[in-house]
Amino acid sequence: MIWNAFLLAFRELPRNLLRSFLTSLGIIIGVASVITMVTLGNGATEKIKEQIASLGTNLLQLRAGQDIRGPGGVRMEAKSFDMADVEAIAREIPGIEAVAPIAGETVQAIYGNRNWSTSVTGSTNGFIEARDWPLAKGRRFSEGETKAGSAVCILGSTVAEELFGGEDPLDKTIRFTKLSLKVIGVFVSKGESSFGTDRDDFILMPLRTFHRRIAGNNDITRAYISILDGFSIDQEKKDIERLMRQRRRIRPGQDDDFYIRDMREITTVLSGTTSVLTSLLGAVAAVSLLVGGIGIMNIMLVAVTERTREIGTRLAIGALAREVLLQFLVEALVLSSLGGIVGIVLAIGVSAWLTKLLLVPFVLNPGIIAVAFFFSAVIGIFFGYFPARNAARLDPIEALRHE
Amino acid sequence: MNGSSGNDNHLIEMRRISRVYGTGHAAIHALKEIEMTIADGEFIAVMGASGSGKSTFLNIIGCLDTPTSGSYLFQGVHVEKLTRNQRALLRRHYLGFVFQGYNLLNRTSALENVELPLVYRGIPAPDRRSMALEALESLGLAGWEKHTPGELSGGQQQRVALARAIVTRPKVLLADEPTGNLDTERSHEIMNLLTRLNGEMGITVVMVTHEQDMAAYAQRRVVFVDGVISTREPGGAGP
Repeated sequence: MIWNAFLLAFRELPRNLLRSFLTSLGIIIGVASVITMVTLGNGATEKIKEQIASLGTNLLQLRAGQDIRGPGGVRMEAKSFDMADVEAIAREIPGIEAVAPIAGETVQAIYGNRNWSTSVTGSTNGFIEARDWPLAKGRRFSEGETKAGSAVCILGSTVAEELFGGEDPLDKTIRFTKLSLKVIGVFVSKGESSFGTDRDDFILMPLRTFHRRIAGNNDITRAYISILDGFSIDQEKKDIERLMRQRRRIRPGQDDDFYIRDMREITTVLSGTTSVLTSLLGAVAAVSLLVGGIGIMNIMLVAVTERTREIGTRLAIGALAREVLLQFLVEALVLSSLGGIVGIVLAIGVSAWLTKLLLVPFVLNPGIIAVAFFFSAVIGIFFGYFPARNAARLDPIEALRHE
Repeated sequence: MNGSSGNDNHLIEMRRISRVYGTGHAAIHALKEIEMTIADGEFIAVMGASGSGKSTFLNIIGCLDTPTSGSYLFQGVHVEKLTRNQRALLRRHYLGFVFQGYNLLNRTSALENVELPLVYRGIPAPDRRSMALEALESLGLAGWEKHTPGELSGGQQQRVALARAIVTRPKVLLADEPTGNLDTERSHEIMNLLTRLNGEMGITVVMVTHEQDMAAYAQRRVVFVDGVISTREPGGAGP
């Protein structure tokens, strides 16, 4: 009987091909948009994970002040670190690859008649190691330059581009308000961060130079610490925390006035955010799937009215009410499932194209395809049932008389 | 449904059949205590003015409608006691219908139209096809099986409808004004086919018509007047 219903449905649908297609269109678009949205969302999540991995998953960030936690999110003012702290970490804790003390300021950099507002970072060669950030040209700071606080700098690629254009910046002198620096190197470009900020827009100079010539103090606001392979990041975090509490004389029971963040946390938070966004996009797209279902119900209701005489004929010939019900139900199911299949094919094409366009990885999730297909079938049955029941309840005599 | 009671010869037996539509003062008595027997292999013409009850009579014989009171035995089975599904199965296995407006499925080939009752009977596809082709051929429609109703003339459509009705070899063929939409020549063609099916295949034919010419093909005429069977033979030649 089920087989018969499929036979009848498959005979019926091609008879009005345009209508069958239009009926399925809602489902096609619904399924395609759900899958496309989720695929793009997954791609974006992947991309963010990749970018964070490019920062180095073995990277810790030590900052003065309290982490934003709890209501209000007030960050307490706390004293900065100093060079002794940084040296202590490198010296006393095993498994540390590099420590990069950071102090920073916003400056107006000038070269010739060009000027560019950027941030200047005072650090050591540890910055290059901890951030795993090679130079495109030029050289690192020499030991003498670091110790003496020489007027040299390494440019981020954006700054090099903005100030020098096509010109070679090496050995040229750039100027801040009251300070001239010789360019000794240029970093390779890392591009935009996942937050959309330009990571190449900065100037690196020796920390000592920064302290003496720009900041006028010896504060270190934060430090990047990279961990050697094979050491537990959690353990290193604990060790650094204990060392810092001791050095900053924090009594037991008292809260830290600094915090250590590792990149895995950021990864979790960010990919959590994009997952939420992906679900949201998927949910919005799911509404169109629902609308597609209502489209099917609409057309099936019209079809039942239009085919009243046909239904009367079928009933007179000896079709059982449940066979008529099943036929219409199967027609709706076939329409929506075919729509689902076409939608899946369309979605794969569109998401492959869009991911290329948006430069995110193409991550096809078979789960969401299965779910979208399953829902298209369920919607067919759900919205097909009411019209089908109407058809099955027709009185054959009335139906035959219907004009 | 092979059980039988009463007179063996009586394929159809109606005892005090009434059919009332509506209730109270608005009630319409379409049939009033009809007594009727039809023998196996008969060819009956049912006549009468519109509203005389002949269509209701045909619907009850065809198990599409049930009497308000009285009993209807089809091969000894009380049809009035059957459920909707049981009546559908009875139609499927024992009855064939020809309608005035043909009622063929649109955009559906003649072959598929004729196959339809066999689909509901659950006949496997190859048998279904050969039976349908045979039925079409026997009605002179060989070569037209791929055509849809829109591509066929009225007479051809009625012959497809006839083929659909007889493809299952029914006990009874019920025809509701089968020549109503046809010109005289085509009408006689259809009547000759009905006569042939009645004679050659032994199919009992019950045909509603209002044309004396067509009724003349039948062996017996039943005339309805205001919901009862008139005892007076209508004017014109007898059978």
